[in-house]
Amino acid sequence: MTDATLDRPTIRRPDLSAKRLGKRYAAEKRFQLYGILAILAAVLMLGVLLVSIVAKGYSAFAQTEIALEIHFDPAELDPDGTGDPEVIGRANFQGLINEALYREFPGATGDRQARRALRGLVSSGANFELRRMVMENPAVIGTTRTLWFRSSDDVDVFLKGEVTDIEAVETRGRLSLSETGDEIELSSDADDFAGVLAAVKRSLAAEADEIESDAAREASAVAFYESELERLRAANASSEEIASAEASLASHAESVERLAARVETLRARAAATGGSEELDDELPSFVVSANGGVVKLTSVAGSRATGRALIGLESAAPAAPGAWQLRRYVVPEASRRLSDEEVAWIDALEQQGKAELTFASGFFTSGDSREPELAGIWGAAVGSFYTLIVTLILSFPVGVLAAVYLEEFAPKNRITDLIEVNINNLAAVPSIVFGLLGLAVFLNFFGLPRSAPLVGGMVLALMTLPTIIIAARAALKAVPPSIREAALGIGASRIQTVTHHVLPLAMPGVLTGTIIGMAQALGETAPLLMIGMVAFIVDIPGGFTDPATVLPVQIYLWADAPERAFVAKTSAAIMVLLGFLVLMNALAVYLRKRFERRW
Amino acid sequence: MNVLTILVVMVGLSVAGYYLGTRQAVGVAGGQRSRLHSLPSYHGLYLASWVLLPAVALLIVWLIVEPHVAEQALIANLPASVEQMDPNTLRLTIGDIEARALGGIVGREVAPEFQPAAEAYAATLSISRWLMAACLVAVMAIGGLLAFRSIGVEMRARNRFERIAEVIMIGAATIAILTTVGIILSLLFETARFFAEVPFFEFLFGLQWSPQTALRADQVGSSGSFGAIPLFAGTLLITLIALCVAVPIGLFAAIYMSEYATPRIRGTAKPILEILAGVPTVVYGFFAALTVAPFFRGLGQSIGLDVSSESALAAGSVMGIMIIPFVSSLSDDVMNAVPQSLRDGAFALGATKSETIRQVILPAALPGIVGAVLLATSRAIGETMIVVMAAGLAANLTANPLEAVTTVTVQIVTLLVGDQEFDSAKTLAAFALGLVLFVVTLCLNIFALHIVRKYREKYD
Amino acid sequence: MSAVELSPDAVGKNAPKIVARGVNVFYGSAQALKEVDLDVGEHEVTALIGPSGCGKSTFLRCLNRMNDVIEGCRVEGRIELDEDDIYDRQLDVVQLRARVGMVFQKPNPFPKSVYDNIAYGPRIHGVGQSKSEMDEIVETSLTRAGLWNEVKDRLQSPGTGLSGGQQQRLCIARAIAVNPEVILMDEPCSALDPIATARIEELIDELRQNFTIVIVTHSMQQAARVSQRTAFFHLGNLVEVGDTEQIFTNPRDERTEGYITGRFG
Repeated sequence: MTDATLDRPTIRRPDLSAKRLGKRYAAEKRFQLYGILAILAAVLMLGVLLVSIVAKGYSAFAQTEIALEIHFDPAELDPDGTGDPEVIGRANFQGLINEALYREFPGATGDRQARRALRGLVSSGANFELRRMVMENPAVIGTTRTLWFRSSDDVDVFLKGEVTDIEAVETRGRLSLSETGDEIELSSDADDFAGVLAAVKRSLAAEADEIESDAAREASAVAFYESELERLRAANASSEEIASAEASLASHAESVERLAARVETLRARAAATGGSEELDDELPSFVVSANGGVVKLTSVAGSRATGRALIGLESAAPAAPGAWQLRRYVVPEASRRLSDEEVAWIDALEQQGKAELTFASGFFTSGDSREPELAGIWGAAVGSFYTLIVTLILSFPVGVLAAVYLEEFAPKNRITDLIEVNINNLAAVPSIVFGLLGLAVFLNFFGLPRSAPLVGGMVLALMTLPTIIIAARAALKAVPPSIREAALGIGASRIQTVTHHVLPLAMPGVLTGTIIGMAQALGETAPLLMIGMVAFIVDIPGGFTDPATVLPVQIYLWADAPERAFVAKTSAAIMVLLGFLVLMNALAVYLRKRFERRW
Repeated sequence: MNVLTILVVMVGLSVAGYYLGTRQAVGVAGGQRSRLHSLPSYHGLYLASWVLLPAVALLIVWLIVEPHVAEQALIANLPASVEQMDPNTLRLTIGDIEARALGGIVGREVAPEFQPAAEAYAATLSISRWLMAACLVAVMAIGGLLAFRSIGVEMRARNRFERIAEVIMIGAATIAILTTVGIILSLLFETARFFAEVPFFEFLFGLQWSPQTALRADQVGSSGSFGAIPLFAGTLLITLIALCVAVPIGLFAAIYMSEYATPRIRGTAKPILEILAGVPTVVYGFFAALTVAPFFRGLGQSIGLDVSSESALAAGSVMGIMIIPFVSSLSDDVMNAVPQSLRDGAFALGATKSETIRQVILPAALPGIVGAVLLATSRAIGETMIVVMAAGLAANLTANPLEAVTTVTVQIVTLLVGDQEFDSAKTLAAFALGLVLFVVTLCLNIFALHIVRKYREKYD
Repeated sequence: MSAVELSPDAVGKNAPKIVARGVNVFYGSAQALKEVDLDVGEHEVTALIGPSGCGKSTFLRCLNRMNDVIEGCRVEGRIELDEDDIYDRQLDVVQLRARVGMVFQKPNPFPKSVYDNIAYGPRIHGVGQSKSEMDEIVETSLTRAGLWNEVKDRLQSPGTGLSGGQQQRLCIARAIAVNPEVILMDEPCSALDPIATARIEELIDELRQNFTIVIVTHSMQQAARVSQRTAFFHLGNLVEVGDTEQIFTNPRDERTEGYITGRFG
């Protein structure tokens, strides 16, 4: 310190104490951490999005097929032996399939409901497949062949393990069976059913616990309304308010009692030693497979059990230890779409190798359908293709011409300024507004057909135009003026300069922008909803004016469908769409990298 | 006759014109190309454009006028019974007849009494096509002949062709303007008709939105109610939730990328963030509806909250994920545009990096960041698919993010998808909503782009 | 202090504030400074001169480690500020810069008000807790930078709205508000007109009373006017250092003579 500084006592030295610096550095660390966290959060969200879609969708690339022994009965197909395709075409092919199913499970043909369930195993599109096959090859008539058919979506979902697990329960004893009417008595000399009884009691206890916690929640609601009532009475609230609170209190109190009673019965059932237990549809199902049949246990008592046949037994002979199995369908019948019978059938088919998961080629080759197992994305993909062709044909030349004009020829005045501002704004106009434009102008005013790729392509072209113009202008701007001067200097006209020199040099950039614009158009949904491309269309579109839909709209339609199997289909369609987008963007990146030029 | 075929023939003829013109030019020059003012190819191009362009213009006009003329023929041949028909049903019937003739989807079979009208329509269309083909040939011939005769040694074919080319380019540049004009006009026109049926103030300030009742004309309250405030509130709520997700994440990500990250990390993180903007919105919608909404619902249940399965929270937060890159990308750009000298100034005073960012760079970049957030807001307001798939349909005036709300875009879609009645207030309401949407987003965009542009100029 | 034996010229008359020994600087693989030994005396103005690209700015930026900001820059050797090694891992760069302030070639006021520009440094360093203390710091700093009378009525208007010369004095005021021990100036007048330059030069002379100043300048006249000692850099080498008068009247090295007589530069 010199004297001069001492003259000015007001000048303060910075506070560089370790404490304060430590605080400042802690703040610094924190701040940097926020940044890292933000990026990680964004990446994580992207990851969750992709993983959830792949996890939901990968199973749709596989599909269950069922092997059936079809007898091509000439009496059914072609009774007069004419060989006339028209006669054969009218035959009842569904009947052939049904008969094959009935033969497979003869026991199930008794009641209509079971028959319907049995027919439901095979996709409703199977008869068309069969018909096509016979029409193509009439020689099969009279023979019997094993053919693979697509299963219905419920079977498919089951085979993918999304309905219930099936667990084997260990058995040691010898099983003896006796059939009285519909009822089957089972007993094992090794107490094997006692384990079932114990498992049932555990389930009962668990259920009681669950209901008890529900009851506790209700009880707290009771407490809440009691205090609420007191508060209302104290505050002299209107009688209506008090009445409504009283009503709520009463209803909650009532359900507390009801639940408590149920808990009590359940607990009593669970606690009782020995005795017998009914297996209702809220408990996991236990089934015994023996003698070529499957028996579902309906009640158990120690070493004995009674049950009914899901698949008829071939004989009532006793089964040696190891020759019979006890199995458990983990999810209770009441909580799944497939009944015990259906599970038993599919399980039997699977064990005999007659139901298998195969590659779902139909997903890539067929159009939309109400039946999940028949629905495919080919129709939507073709629709997307036609739509994008129209978009490309319209937006690429117009976009490039507009960009060349604005960048190379336009005088800098208010009008070109206006065009420029206008293009920047158009790029940010919500896409649905373009849909409204398409509806009002292309459909209602010009009378173009609804749902057509032509109109979809036109709307998307207007939407991608700003993207292409902006990218093309940037690419043109990046070409150094010296190139233009060189060309002009040897007497080329301005158009020659642009077409011979500037545009070829800018082309990689223009193409990159165009591909990115096309990728945007491929993923766009909202404007196409406005012009009717949401219709349910089974046929593969064959031209620009045929009714069609596109991939993203197909995804939207499937996402709305109630069948569970459509969730996987939707996710799989999303994976296909994302695949196309990745390809297009990779192409754009490749173009940029390959032809990138630094001036 | 198929329009595509006609187009192909026209292009083929103009290519022929090109070769003809080139040969003729070489011919008039007696084989000495240097005598020509312009290269022979320019003569060819000149001739080709005279063959093609007037014909294309005629084709476009013809295709615009044709359906209207054909429809007049159809209406003239309608049976007398139509006078008792409900105008909406009539409109639908006419639409069916037309769609059938054009090979589109048809809701119903054409009733026998409409057969003459349908036949007249188809006949008019077929006559029109042949007539059009004849006119096109004539126009092409005349144009080609005129251009052919003008070919000569002195003809400045290059200059003439370049003028034509420039006119075409101006035309291309005007399409952008025409699009905007088209949007404004179509929205204004339909909106005006809407306000002829529903009072302006009821629409803008009404609290009740239930257009569905307008379906049955004979019912009480058939006019429906068109108070759009619940829609605006719902849109605002979802946008706000989206911004709460996107602004902190986007801004901090931008700060990290522009100020802290090494080029390698930046080169990886930036494209990953941009993927978020490239994912189609329908995918986000599916994600919101099937993954995020059940997740929030389950979360709410586990802590005793009742969360709707179409909660604004789910739609809003997924929308927030979508607009993260809009915030981060532009904010990153504007922060990079802050001159290094400002950073140096702060560092030289002994500021730490975060102090420099918070107190120097962020204030300096604020206008640009505000612009980025506004652009993201405009995106969120106009976003359709996420809310269509994950938000509710019922107009619910609430500020509770756990409940279902509906938005302007959802209502536009529900009003216009499916069978439409022409001219009903219900259909027209969609256009009124579209106009509001367009005006609001346009104002946001213009304002945001203006701020960003001013900001760029300041540091360039 | 250092075992290296130096020519008496390298050490000034005043007690040394900064001592640099064997400083090498690399940008990537290119060497920008070679084995520079230099003492900066307390309370005097040391001018660094030399042709463009000679390394004088690089050396200046070593003194408060502003080179840390530049990617790929590596500093070897030893630089001590009051016997603290400033490239020591233990030493904190924030602390260092609070003691060694810097003024840049182009005025770079923050896009904030005049007041906030000055108050920024004291605030981050925890000086001046109350409003009145801060007002006082702002006033003193602006007064010492000779700017108070010109801006006292518009303290709340943006600093970027001032004229170029005023902006540069604002930057000087901003630097001295932290009350550093050393102020580095990197061609502070190169973007200014002659009148503004004259004002800054006067200011530098006044500031010498309280601060140690190192100034990089392109103009030999300026070096002659404001500095007591001058160091001449050439191609990354420190060619000659000595009293300003001696350097300009009687240079020992022919390169120095060539430069100051205008034969190159």
